[in-house]
Order: sequence, then structure tokens, then C-alpha cells
Amino acid sequence: MSLLELRDVAVSYRIPAGEVPAVRGVSLSLAPGEALGLAGESGSGKSTLAMALLRLLPRDAEVTGEILLDGEDVLAMKWGRLRAVRWASASMVFQGAQHALNPVRRIEDQIAEPMLVHGLATPAEAKRRVAELLEQVGLPAWRARGYSHELSGGQRQRVMIAMALACSPRLIIADEPTTALDVMIQAQVLQLMRSLIAEHEVSLIMISHDLSVLASMCDRLAIMYAGRIVESGPAHEVFAGASHPYSRALAAAFPTVGDPASRLAPQGLGGDPPDPLHLPTGCSFHPRCPVAGPDCASAEVELWPANPSGSHTAACVNVRSEVAP
Amino acid sequence: MTLLEARDLHVGFASHGRRARAVDGVNLAVGEGEIVALVGESGCGKTTLARTLLGLERPTSGSVLYGGAPLAYSSRALKAYRREVQLVLQDPMGSLNPRHTVYEAVAEGPRIHRLTGERELVAEALSRAGLRPPERFLDSFPHQLSGGQRQRVVIAGALALNPRLLIADEPVASLDASVRGEILALLLRLRADLGLSALVVTHDLGLAWNIADRVAVMYLGRIVETGPVEQVLTAPSHPYTQALLSVLPESPAPVILAGEPPDATRVPGGCRFHPRCQVLAGGAAAEAGVDSACRSQALTVLPASPEAHTACHYAAR
Repeated sequence: MSLLELRDVAVSYRIPAGEVPAVRGVSLSLAPGEALGLAGESGSGKSTLAMALLRLLPRDAEVTGEILLDGEDVLAMKWGRLRAVRWASASMVFQGAQHALNPVRRIEDQIAEPMLVHGLATPAEAKRRVAELLEQVGLPAWRARGYSHELSGGQRQRVMIAMALACSPRLIIADEPTTALDVMIQAQVLQLMRSLIAEHEVSLIMISHDLSVLASMCDRLAIMYAGRIVESGPAHEVFAGASHPYSRALAAAFPTVGDPASRLAPQGLGGDPPDPLHLPTGCSFHPRCPVAGPDCASAEVELWPANPSGSHTAACVNVRSEVAP
Repeated sequence: MTLLEARDLHVGFASHGRRARAVDGVNLAVGEGEIVALVGESGCGKTTLARTLLGLERPTSGSVLYGGAPLAYSSRALKAYRREVQLVLQDPMGSLNPRHTVYEAVAEGPRIHRLTGERELVAEALSRAGLRPPERFLDSFPHQLSGGQRQRVVIAGALALNPRLLIADEPVASLDASVRGEILALLLRLRADLGLSALVVTHDLGLAWNIADRVAVMYLGRIVETGPVEQVLTAPSHPYTQALLSVLPESPAPVILAGEPPDATRVPGGCRFHPRCQVLAGGAAAEAGVDSACRSQALTVLPASPEAHTACHYAAR
């Protein structure tokens, strides 16, 4: 059975000008121990979707569909049950750790808090567990008494990971966990996450706009555009052989050093993400698409199989015509 | 021809009662029409070096030369210098005033320098920066623009003075993947159309591969390896450059250096990279008989010439 299953999840924000659809019908499932990478531009809905999984969105956001965590619908949970699920079953590593940590509380108290709140440990046990967690994430134990401003960016991100692990959750959602970090520190943090996930058999949803990082961390990738998944499949297949033109543009944006094709030839994608209040007709990507045909402005697109087994799907009319019988 | 040059540049600061040697002996040259990438981790001194090249910091010793003449630090001389050498900052949301329109943001430079034909200068700069037609953007405020458009406004602000060199500090770090390539392509086009030189300060080796002719890798106040991009990034000879390249996502055998970038108030003796060096730790330096040199013998400052150079006892054996 899958650990997490999303059925037709939609999120819209109510603003004076109307309803802004941020996520428009996303279905996906995640097996225990599996790592899924969620990629897309700012405004594609990837962070909104991640926040919706634990109902962390503000009140003006309306979430519909089903979010089944271990078979139980998160959207139908009572407040007390939801509190129990947060941190203990699923936890979150936010982007920008300097803002996510409380500047006036000691590191050890912040890591211990979810354990104490959930009654999973006595204060003495929590203290031991904090020391153990700090060691696992590679921070010296004396840092426990310190404050977040005394730490470097990489160290703060390690504290965030220690917090996420504190209650031994089965799912970790990491939103841009290494953005804003230097390459070497990013490599350290990713290596740490990789080993912790393997050791603790945790499932991971990792969000980033850097496809190459996601491909190196995840089993599967899902690419979002204008609130929908436009391509999904085995990580390496999607990264190296994307079927959707948008995924291809994302993959090409970060060059492979040494690849003659990208030398003195940076590749971007023209245009801007669509305004969610005025989405283009047909395929939402068609105004920016380098290979759009005459039908794309009117065609209804859905995720069609992009490989024979159907483990790789893409929402592009070219895929339908290629693979369909 | 060399346009901008740092000659044996040192910049120090007082930091918690100690002396931080942020830039600790650097030779670097940017030629006319050349794009040079200055690469390194946070805290390596690359931003201090860039600020010193702009005349925003005074060197402790050594000098900055523009067009062969040492930089003068009178306010009149600096004002003239900054027409020629412009800074492009990262984070366009932070460097644009939210209450100024695009027109006001771009017109600021021409106004300070009392240039005539302000409206034409602004329109031309916007269209060179890829905001076309410029009339569509003149009255917009930063919050009405996308991240990529904001970065183009910042670049247009620099272009309005018709500079010869741009110094860009992480020009794409805060931008989306899809926009990144567009902005980098713009820098290449400006070079092709206007002969504009650029020094791009970044921690992103892919960016150097995408647009730079030469790359200089900085570690703890010094340039440890420099040369043509193809050579340095495909056949790096300094262990630090090798490690940086090895941790790129698709590389087969990552060498992950432990610890944080070291402290400029405590520069290690010998080779400044030796406490983190994988070649020394792995025993290869000892086999080659250079390990004692690594620990105790300082390396000379690399010259600013365009050929490849490496500050490493092991690579030089």
C-alpha cells in the first residue's frame, strides 16, 4: 500500500479579484521508502501542494480532493489528530532555515519541542535524543546550547533536518532544502539526507527547481506547470529523456560542465509563467512552447503514457501521438 | 588589452579583535570584451575582491588599475570611474526601490551624471536589456514584474551609463531555472553587440561553463587556480577545483570536503587549503614527497596572465 496518495487535489486562494487556482487537480502516490522530486518554476504550485499535504496553508486557501496518509484523509482529520500527524508521521524541512528557526530559543529546545508536545519522550529522554540527532546530522553536541544566529547556513539546515527526524516520521517533505547554500555545503547536506533516508527508511518529497539535484536524490520526478503535473516518471528517464518540452527546458537550464553543447550557450525558456487568473486555453504551456503546433491552443491535454510500461507519463499532444496505438 | 586589473591586492578588516585577511594577495585581469568568472564559496573573499575592484573598499596594499592607470579615490575620480565600471547586484527585489517605477530606477544613473537625453537613454537601455518595447515597462513598479524582468531592469540601470565593464555578483542565484539561461544569454549578447566586458562573481560552476572565457577559483583570500574555462573545468589541477567539480549533481565520484569554508582570521600556514585537502589526506601528497611543503611552505601568488596556473605543491611536482 502506498504511504501517501493524492487524489485530484486542488488548491485555490480566495482574493478580492476572485479565486486563484494554484494547484489544479494533482494525483500521485508515494510508496514507503520512496523519494519523489517535485520540480517547477516559482508559481507552478509546488510549494502550495507541499504545504497542503499537512494543511499548513493559510485560511484563505481552499483545498479539495483527498490526501491519504497511510489511508487516512488528512483533509478530513480533526484538529487534534492533525496535530498528532504533523511531525510524528510526516515532517517538513522548510527553505530558508534562518527564518524557520526561532532566534530566541536554544537549538536543543527547538529540536526537543515536537517530542515533548507529542508526549513521545520525557525531558531527560528528549535531551538524550537531541544529542543523538545532532550527532547524526554532524553537528557538535555543544551547539545544542546555542542559538540559530551562531550557526552558518549549512548548520542551520542540519538543525532543520534534525528537527524533522526527531519524532521518527515516515515521510519528510523538504522544500528547497539546499537553495541558497554553497555547492560544497549543498553536497554535504544532500549526502546527509541520502544516508538518513536510507538508514531510517523514510519516504521523501523533495521540492526544487534544480532538476539535476532532484535527479541525483530521487527515485521518481514529477514536473509541475501552472498547477498541474505535466510529466512524471523514473527520475533518470525524466531528467535525461524528458518527453514534455517544459521538462526539457528545465533540464537544460542547469548545464553539465564539460558538455560542449552548453558551452557559451546558456539555455533558458522565454516568456513568463501564466497568470493563474487568466490561464491560456488548451495546453497551458503552449504560449511558451518551442514546439507548439496549431492544435495546442485548443487541445485538452492529460497525462499520457510516455513509455511502454506507462511508468512515465507526460501531458503533451506529441506524446499521445507517438505512443498511442 | 587589459581593461581592469588587480595587482597583488590585499584587503583586510578588523573582525572580533582579530585581523581578517579577506583578500590576501590577488592578481587578476579582465581584458576588453572578456567575460571572467570568479568562483568560490561564501567567505572566500570574492565579494570583497569585487567591491575593491569597484572602488567601494580601499585595498590595504596593492592596487587596482583601470586602463593601465591606478584607481584614484577622490570622489570626483570615483564618480567618473563608475560610469565605466558598473555593478549588477543579486536579488533584484532587494536592489530596486519598491516605490520607484522602472523609468526612475533606470534614470537614476544618467541623472547623477547629468547626462542629456535621459528618456532616450532609458528606453535604449531597457530595450538592450531585453525589455521590449520599453514603453510597456516604463511606468511599472518592481512588484508588477517577474523575477527575470526585475533582473533585466537592474541590468538596464547599469547599461544606461554605457559602461565598458559590468561586475555582476551572483546575477542569477535568486532566479528560477527557466529565467537563468535567459539572463546569461543577455550577458553574452551584450558582449557581442557592445563589446562589454564582465567579471561575474558566483559559486556556480555551470554559470562559468555557460558564459565565461576564463575562470579564477578563489579559496580563503587567494586565487588557487585560474585559466581558460575549457581547461580549468574539464581538467582541473588544483584539488579544491577538483572537489568543487566533483560535487556537481551528475558527477560520478563526489569528493565531499568536510567542514565549513575556513576563517579569514585564521589562515593556515603552508598551503592554505591543506587542512581540507583530499590529496594530502589521502596520502598522494606524501607519496609524491610534497606533504611537508603542503604543511609548511607558502605558495606564491599566481600571476594575472591568461594562461592556466595552479597554486598547489602537488600539481607543481
